[in-house]
Amino acid sequence: MTAKSYARSINLPTENAFKNLQTARRFAIDVGGSLAKLAYTATVHRKTSLVSEESDDDGSLYQVSDTDETIVRLHFVKFETKFIESCLDFIQQQSDATKSPLREKCIKVTGGGGYKYTDLIQEKLGVQVDREDEISCLINGCNFLLKNIPDEVFTYQRHENPEYKFQAVDMNVFPYLLVNIGSGVSFIKVESEDKFERISGTATGGGTFWGLGSLLTKAKTFDDLLNLAEKGDHRNVDMLVKDIYGGAYSTIGLKGDIIASSFGKAARSPRTPSQSEEHNFKEEDLARSLLLSISNDIGQLACLYAKLHSLKKIYFGGYFIRGHPLTMHTITFAINYWTKGEIQPMFLRHEGYLGAIGAFLKGATEEDADKYSWEENFAGSSGLAHPKPSRQVLSTTDSEFDKLEFDRLEKNLLPCPLLLDGDSYLPDTVDLTQDTLAREYWLQCFKDSIEKQEEQAIKSQSTVDGAEKRAGQFKHKYLDRLETLERNPCAYGSLNVRGLLDMRSHCLKEFNFTDPYSQQKQFENEQALKHLPKRLKDLDALDNTEERTFALARGLLAGNVFDWGAKEVAAIMEKGDFNFEDAESKLQDRPWLMDNYDDWMKKRSCSKNYKCCVIFCDNSGADIILGVIPFARDLLKTGTKVILCANSKPTLNDVTFQELSIILRFVSLICPVIGKALSEGKLVAMASGQGSPCLDLS
Amino acid sequence: MATNKPDYDHLSSSGPKIPPMPWFGMDIGGTLTKLVYFEPCDNVATDDEVETLKTIRHYLTRNIKYGRTGIRDVFLQMNNQMLGGRTGSLHFIRFPTSEMMSFIELAKAKNFPNLADTICATGGGAYKFETDFKQEVNLELHKFDELDCLIKGIHYIDRNNLDCECYFWKNPGDPKLAEKTPFDFRDPYPYLVVNIGSGVSFLTVRGPSDYKRVSGTSLGGGTFLGLCCLLTGCETFEEAINLAADGDSTKVDKLVKDIYGGDYTSSKFKLPGDIVASSFGQMNLKDKRELASREDIAKATLTTITNNVGSIARMCAVTEKIERVVFVGNFLRVNTISMKLLAYAMEFWSNGSMKALFLEHEGYFGAMGCLMEYIRSGHHLNGLPNGSR
Repeated sequence: MTAKSYARSINLPTENAFKNLQTARRFAIDVGGSLAKLAYTATVHRKTSLVSEESDDDGSLYQVSDTDETIVRLHFVKFETKFIESCLDFIQQQSDATKSPLREKCIKVTGGGGYKYTDLIQEKLGVQVDREDEISCLINGCNFLLKNIPDEVFTYQRHENPEYKFQAVDMNVFPYLLVNIGSGVSFIKVESEDKFERISGTATGGGTFWGLGSLLTKAKTFDDLLNLAEKGDHRNVDMLVKDIYGGAYSTIGLKGDIIASSFGKAARSPRTPSQSEEHNFKEEDLARSLLLSISNDIGQLACLYAKLHSLKKIYFGGYFIRGHPLTMHTITFAINYWTKGEIQPMFLRHEGYLGAIGAFLKGATEEDADKYSWEENFAGSSGLAHPKPSRQVLSTTDSEFDKLEFDRLEKNLLPCPLLLDGDSYLPDTVDLTQDTLAREYWLQCFKDSIEKQEEQAIKSQSTVDGAEKRAGQFKHKYLDRLETLERNPCAYGSLNVRGLLDMRSHCLKEFNFTDPYSQQKQFENEQALKHLPKRLKDLDALDNTEERTFALARGLLAGNVFDWGAKEVAAIMEKGDFNFEDAESKLQDRPWLMDNYDDWMKKRSCSKNYKCCVIFCDNSGADIILGVIPFARDLLKTGTKVILCANSKPTLNDVTFQELSIILRFVSLICPVIGKALSEGKLVAMASGQGSPCLDLS
Repeated sequence: MATNKPDYDHLSSSGPKIPPMPWFGMDIGGTLTKLVYFEPCDNVATDDEVETLKTIRHYLTRNIKYGRTGIRDVFLQMNNQMLGGRTGSLHFIRFPTSEMMSFIELAKAKNFPNLADTICATGGGAYKFETDFKQEVNLELHKFDELDCLIKGIHYIDRNNLDCECYFWKNPGDPKLAEKTPFDFRDPYPYLVVNIGSGVSFLTVRGPSDYKRVSGTSLGGGTFLGLCCLLTGCETFEEAINLAADGDSTKVDKLVKDIYGGDYTSSKFKLPGDIVASSFGQMNLKDKRELASREDIAKATLTTITNNVGSIARMCAVTEKIERVVFVGNFLRVNTISMKLLAYAMEFWSNGSMKALFLEHEGYFGAMGCLMEYIRSGHHLNGLPNGSR
């Protein structure tokens, strides 16, 4: 093995590239001809807040303290195969330094390039190389993404708005056709988790594009070739139907601009003098013609196989695609053409990682990937804006690497069983990928509020070392992500406010700010609780049911008036003139923006009482205590059972399940109705399993 | 003898219906124009006819080359044919479509336009050059659908070529044992026609006039020649084929063993190491490019196009539940490499259930069908508006 030939005089990657190596386990690597993808799992230790009910002299409701939290995270890193030796060296150095990684005796290796590097990997890491079948890894990884990651799948239409259309996690994944376009092409029919078959292949693939392209043009790399193709016009090289017919060939429905013969115009006609002719063809046009001929050809075969096997879903992946808009465009065009628009080809945001994910899962059956839900970490994952690895792949900034991280959630999350139709459910009301004005507005909003978030983060850890530095890192990371989204709004799937909030939360956690609002929430809860007796008394004083019900509804809204951001609320509270009525007076008169109060009132008054009511709680403080709880209390009084749902994990000033449980115990001391309902199980607090400021029931 | 055969094509004499001489059928393709000429040898000609035929014989049937690029394929000539009540020979002539304007000039010079006022044509060029024919030589181009003509031509020539039109390749995978073998195609249906011209059409044929175009690809003969011209600097199809004959495509393509070091084996399936994984898959590397000759590149181009046509043909045949695949079109002319490759691929990938068949008159069926349409249309043609049938 001539291991030396891979070596390059480059700097070793920084820790940013291969994060958390100290706790890394279960390495797997997918070595492709051009790109290699390393996979491993690592545990991330960080502080989070713990609320506890320890009695204290200062009269506070509960204590907020730090506790350790361990997150299991899957890491995937992509780099050019030619740098493999440096990367292995780096991993080995890290493991020597910390004496911890590579506890396993073996590493899973897959991918076409794998066999060439077996010795190198074995020698560098001192582990046994365990080869895994490429196609079965590919399918494993594909199934994992299809089942776990929202917005993983998308269709692409170049001239539409939005260009990318993302799809929710589909409960019925099978059957499908996976077309993997590497140097050659494989057509794989997947019928279930274990049942799949490579039904065919063709040698006309990405390697043909690159190889022929290298002969026809001066392009040095695959991506140079694509850039040329982007600028070219195939009509100067291809013979179109109209070049032969002068127009369309209408009897069989061939339009004039359909390509009759790829490169047909390059066939030298004897009359024209040779030599000079080559120069008549522009490299751009040749590259475009080449790209179209290969895309059309693969599309045609894919459609023939899909038809023969009655498959309606076709996914495309592989080096040829790599998220490149142009190749997705030409493939989509071809599939639409051959199926007369009946099938939309689908692409995967993380298709480059299929093999690595699959190989990792094969080596980690005890990781029980199936038993948990996994969440894409937006702080650690590069978006679609990085379709190609940079030339300076091993430079010092982490942004040069394409990375993907999944966090393991504590439990396997299931869609809310009350959803009528899970398939058509959309958790978000505004699609910012489509609505340009709304997007610009919200991106600016989030940019503008970064300073405030940074400040809040520092404040929340005022006694902790390095808080300022970490808050700065948070700011930098989140700004970087927002800029990525400005360039490509679809970089992380469908763009919506929920996603932007989640992304901010991921970035905060990345730098150890898991619950920057913990003290704030504590303060607000304490203040609100002090006002609860008066609030209840005022409500009870309203004899008229209609009047009282309206007051309760206004209360629900007024609680949200306090969701102005901590600063304003804190200012009001600190001034001591906190007054729920003030908040109520700020409410607009009816009709409200979304107003179905009358319908609801009508239903309440003429039909029987509700058996059970689920309330998804939002903010801490006045919202939950003065808005939601009195409302719940009224329902309880009419014999309705009430379930209060709160986030499992902290985010912003939203009340968490832990906090809610404590609040309810204090409320039951103030209000006997609540106390009785709690003890009888008529009022229940539930954890939603989520940690997002916006509700997603799927 | 042809006279004893039933009149499958309704081409028997029917008195005044027979159109005037000369009888031509022309198929103007994207790259090549094909011409079929019927020369009567039955000495029943009228005086007018005699003059006409003399003029044509003087130039067309005495020569085998016309201008710089026109060629008559003498070995394909079919004698003793009976058409429209006349007995004679069929001549097969071709020239590049790019030469159409010089062809028209030539026809003018040889005084052909005065012999007829209508000429029948099919193929895309029948539409494209219509005005040129009218303006330059005052000839009406009467157009027929190219697929109709193709199927009719195949049926006529296969039935009437006494030297056996249809054949297949025995042992196509073995260069030493491969052998062209006659095939009895008397009971042809159903079959798939793969017409490889500049582009490729795939047609299912289930009866004498029951056919359907089921698919097509733009990767055809034009792509082969176009790419070869760009990549090797060659100038003609023959040159490209000759280059390919001396080439080694494994210097250009990436084989399964180039990726996996040998066969690709898994529990699910196996790919032999010497199968092409990626056509031109080595050409992205500078050092490999330097090692590949013009011949190697021509060979790789030829095999890429051929295998791709083979794959689509096989898929169409499977989908349509058809076992006999007839490959025609001028891409196969002097191109035994492609024929053997197609024959081998069809047999290998179908485990022997599919058969690749070939026809001697490769590219002339459209022109032949067009000639038949002309005779069938008879005198009426001249009085009818263009395009109606």
